[in-house]
Amino acid sequence: MKTLGIATLLVIAGLVWASAAYLGFHPGEIFDRGSRAGMLVYAAEFFPPDLSAEHLGAIGKGALETLAISAVATLLAALLGMLVALPAAGRFGLAARLGARFVLNALRSIPELVFAALMVIAAGLGPFAGTLALALHTTGVLGRLFADALENTPREPVEALLQAGSPRVAAFFYGTLPTVLPQCVAYSLYRWEINIRMAAVLGFVGAGGLGQMLHVSLSLFHQAQASSVILGMLALVILVDQTSAMLRRALASVQQ
Amino acid sequence: MSAVSLPAARDPAALPRLGLAAIALLLLWPGLRITEFNPAVLFESGNAATMGRFLSQFVPPAVAPDFLLLVGRATLETLAIATLGTALAFVIAFPLSLVTSQSLSLSAIGPSRDAGWRRALRYPFRLLLIVLRAIPELVWALLFVRAVGLGPTAGVLALAITYGGMLGKVYAEIYESGSNRPARALMEGGAGRLQAYLYGLLPAALPELVSYTIYRWECAVRASVIMGFVGAGGLGQQLELSMRMLNGAEACTILITFLLLVLLADGVSALFRRLLA
Repeated sequence: MKTLGIATLLVIAGLVWASAAYLGFHPGEIFDRGSRAGMLVYAAEFFPPDLSAEHLGAIGKGALETLAISAVATLLAALLGMLVALPAAGRFGLAARLGARFVLNALRSIPELVFAALMVIAAGLGPFAGTLALALHTTGVLGRLFADALENTPREPVEALLQAGSPRVAAFFYGTLPTVLPQCVAYSLYRWEINIRMAAVLGFVGAGGLGQMLHVSLSLFHQAQASSVILGMLALVILVDQTSAMLRRALASVQQ
Repeated sequence: MSAVSLPAARDPAALPRLGLAAIALLLLWPGLRITEFNPAVLFESGNAATMGRFLSQFVPPAVAPDFLLLVGRATLETLAIATLGTALAFVIAFPLSLVTSQSLSLSAIGPSRDAGWRRALRYPFRLLLIVLRAIPELVWALLFVRAVGLGPTAGVLALAITYGGMLGKVYAEIYESGSNRPARALMEGGAGRLQAYLYGLLPAALPELVSYTIYRWECAVRASVIMGFVGAGGLGQQLELSMRMLNGAEACTILITFLLLVLLADGVSALFRRLLA
């Protein structure tokens, strides 16, 4: 056991060393006196953050845009996800199930930022590209979760409604949806939280929101403005975390 | 939906559902305006043609030998960034987790003269951990690209900082979630805190620590590809280049490589964690 542990440690150390060698990573060189001074000067330029009313207004607008991107994208993804989740849960046969699952997996495994770069080509610069990108990836994630929820929900209520002569759509709305909806809402809220973080950085490839602002001010060497944008991002994320926790508590108490 | 057409007397759920839908629409409307939501943009002749041309190039993917060599090098670079970044994150996280964890608190086992400032000392380090992980790695990468130049170094540093913050927090939580009886017994017997850690805490916590670190390495592989988009080296930087030049065939090859890489990291991580368990 002991020799195994030592051997593992040696292998890991070897891999780390090889990585550093392959990348030409020399901490001494990065942090030598000259570049250290340069970095300190660069870092010092971020202070104090630009808190002028005009810039704060712009940040507020950017934050609102980020919020809107994430909210619209999550809602869109929840709707699309539910649409794809129906075949993915095997409601329309095995072939449709496999096909839908493949689509969901593909959407899920391509990162938001790649979608954003694609959507900037398809829809031009701006928040719409970011919304579409986020919606596509989130559809993959939520669709998969919704499909699993649908598969795990008891069939009896639907069967009862169908045997009583209810049409299929009504049977879905009154037999299946009520049992899976709380779960789906919880998943969507959780995903929204993640999406706000994502929406804040998608702008780096030109997809709007605070990210685009940060990218622009860094490219123009306006460090003081950049640092207040970063502070804005942090504030937004904290705000959303708190709100979401509150909503979830409220939701839980309603269900009881 | 069918709820709308039924009389309210027969459908007690209609009102709340309609109300919820109305609220959602009300909230959504300004959102749609702000995001400049307009699907028609996608079908404007210029955009549609560019996108169509780009996507149609996806088949067949680019397989020229020199391009594949380039992709192979970029893949290795991505793996190296993830490995080195995680290793440096560990170097940052490990001491911070020892300092911030309550499990090794001497003042918890009895009265001590300087308990107050020792406890106070923990908070700035906690704050440091929060700041490190609160800013996304992509933002750090963007900053480091400007501080140390384009290339993998920026990615390694960004990963080290963000993941250092995350690992530090989780390590401290792992120590605190386990039983602290053995460590406490050692400290009560007069052992130093490092000894108490090595012989009282570490043996029980080790599998979980290793498993979480491996899981983070897997996340780091994904993150380092994404960080390439802002110029932090590896596969992502190649993908960004190919997409900017609208070279669909190259983009397709890189995307496939990315998916395979993620699958591989997933497999390796799962294998190691199963071996541990």
